[in-house]
Amino acid sequence: MADEPLVLGIETSCDETGVGIVRGTTLLADAIASSVDEHARFGGVVPEVASRAHLEAMVPTIERALKEAGVSARDLDGISVTAGPGLAGALLVGVSAAKAYAYALGKPLYGVNHLASHICVDQLEHGPLPEPTMALLVSGGHSSLLLSSDITSDVRPMGATIDDAAGEAFDKIARVLNLGFPGGPVIDRYAKEGDPRAIAFPRGLTGPRDAAYDFSFSGLKTAVARWIEAKRAAGEDVPVRDVAASFQEAVVDVLTRKAVRACRDEGVDHLMIGGGVAANSRLRVLAQERCEAAGITLRVPRPKLCTDNGAMVAALGAEMVARGRDASDWDLSADSSLPVTDPHVPGRSHAHGHSHSHDHVHEVSKGNLYS
Amino acid sequence: MLLLALDTATPAVTAALHDGTSVVAAHSQVDARRHGELLLPAVDRVLTEAGLRLDAVTGIVVGVGPGPYTGLRVGLMTADTFGLALGVPVYGLCTLDGLAYAAGGAAGIEGPFVVATDARRKEVYWARYADSRTRLTEPAVDRPGELDIGGLPAVGAGALLYPDTFPDAREPEHVSAASLASLAAERLAAGEEMEAPRPLYLRRPDAQVPKNYKVVTPK
Ligand SMILES: [Zn+2]
Repeated sequence: MADEPLVLGIETSCDETGVGIVRGTTLLADAIASSVDEHARFGGVVPEVASRAHLEAMVPTIERALKEAGVSARDLDGISVTAGPGLAGALLVGVSAAKAYAYALGKPLYGVNHLASHICVDQLEHGPLPEPTMALLVSGGHSSLLLSSDITSDVRPMGATIDDAAGEAFDKIARVLNLGFPGGPVIDRYAKEGDPRAIAFPRGLTGPRDAAYDFSFSGLKTAVARWIEAKRAAGEDVPVRDVAASFQEAVVDVLTRKAVRACRDEGVDHLMIGGGVAANSRLRVLAQERCEAAGITLRVPRPKLCTDNGAMVAALGAEMVARGRDASDWDLSADSSLPVTDPHVPGRSHAHGHSHSHDHVHEVSKGNLYS
Repeated sequence: MLLLALDTATPAVTAALHDGTSVVAAHSQVDARRHGELLLPAVDRVLTEAGLRLDAVTGIVVGVGPGPYTGLRVGLMTADTFGLALGVPVYGLCTLDGLAYAAGGAAGIEGPFVVATDARRKEVYWARYADSRTRLTEPAVDRPGELDIGGLPAVGAGALLYPDTFPDAREPEHVSAASLASLAAERLAAGEEMEAPRPLYLRRPDAQVPKNYKVVTPK
């Protein structure tokens, strides 16, 4: 246990400044500073506001994480950071901090994929990921079904949204209902007191000829908005709780149905759900029911690990160290559209399949690292 | 004393080491789109050139802008994090002051002058100087057409870009960390108070408060 890698992870792909520290698959610290309140009045994340907040929050958040974990920076085995995908300017703040920190401490740097991190975080909750694992990632920024046989090297996209992310649909419907931003938690709350069968909202891309694992929430969004507007136009009260419950049911019905189908088709008996929408209580319940019926083991991390955080980045970084993956170079860049198939960004000197084990020394700067 | 100076507020990605007496190593590369990639290798390069390790540094100096935000933050975040990891102070310096210092040195401008950098969107960041060490105005962002600098000499890319406003535009075009380091070393030696390493954005974030949600029902 003590020889498991101790890694600090930095996440700044959107509006959360996250710094996490893990030892192997054990969570030691999960420090977060969020700028969500600054975005609320805009009804969505404003990239420049998020980037400014990351710069201010970074050093205090690193300090908080170290204190929480009770470890010294000198003892770290590596620094990992979200290299993408995400908001370009926001990512760049985290990447700059991670590079400077790793360089100054003489530790290897691992630029990792945000989506793979969302999957890997479950190791902190439920132990090592089964291989393969099917993962349903749903948030304001992503809606994807991914299949991974090794989270450090093999993540295969099965399906994704063809229009809006699931979380975006929650935000939009919350706005139409005047419930504020972000929409996920408030819709969940109202839905608990509503009837999910009150209104039959459409299930996108569920026809026999539709892509089996892709998602579409744009049509649902429009249908719900139309329904509400029709009520208002007729001078009737909008039954907010029933609308919330019926809308939410339409989203989680499609998500869970497709995820379970993907597991069955691929013969995978584990499903993990991550991303901010995984905090949705109805999604958790319905997924549990359907997985049980299908003989699939469901793994959903606690809500705080589902939303963006630094611990997930540290978890994937620790796995990179444990499996001897190559570190990133000092000129690592933030890549706002880093493909999901790249779990990390190895340095160029290692990029062509030379598989020598990592020796904690970077090519460009042997002389400048602490011994 | 060993100061490491950085600046990413302009298209130049620049790093330098100063030992309290003189600049011992410096490196600059002009590439407005790759601040994030170029800065750490630049730091690594000046250290290697000087035969020193980062833990020999006793203070970090960083240009706080004004400058286009995305690039500007690379230098500030790097400086802040170095300061945290090394446990050394981080000093901020106005990027325009670095240019002014260089204007008085190599460019040999003695009297009053202006420093202007490119703020994009057809604007400049600028300030007036009495001499290379004395700034007279707070840094500002303006359209060059709305400025009247009375024909004073001017340095910086913003001056070179708009000859109508800056008829006597001169080099240097970009700030160098070497100038920032020298200026900081001078001020520290004189016991002057240094600025905090906080960004000079000078503009509010671009953010539109969405109007009431778009009605999707056809009328
Ligand atoms: Zn995410």
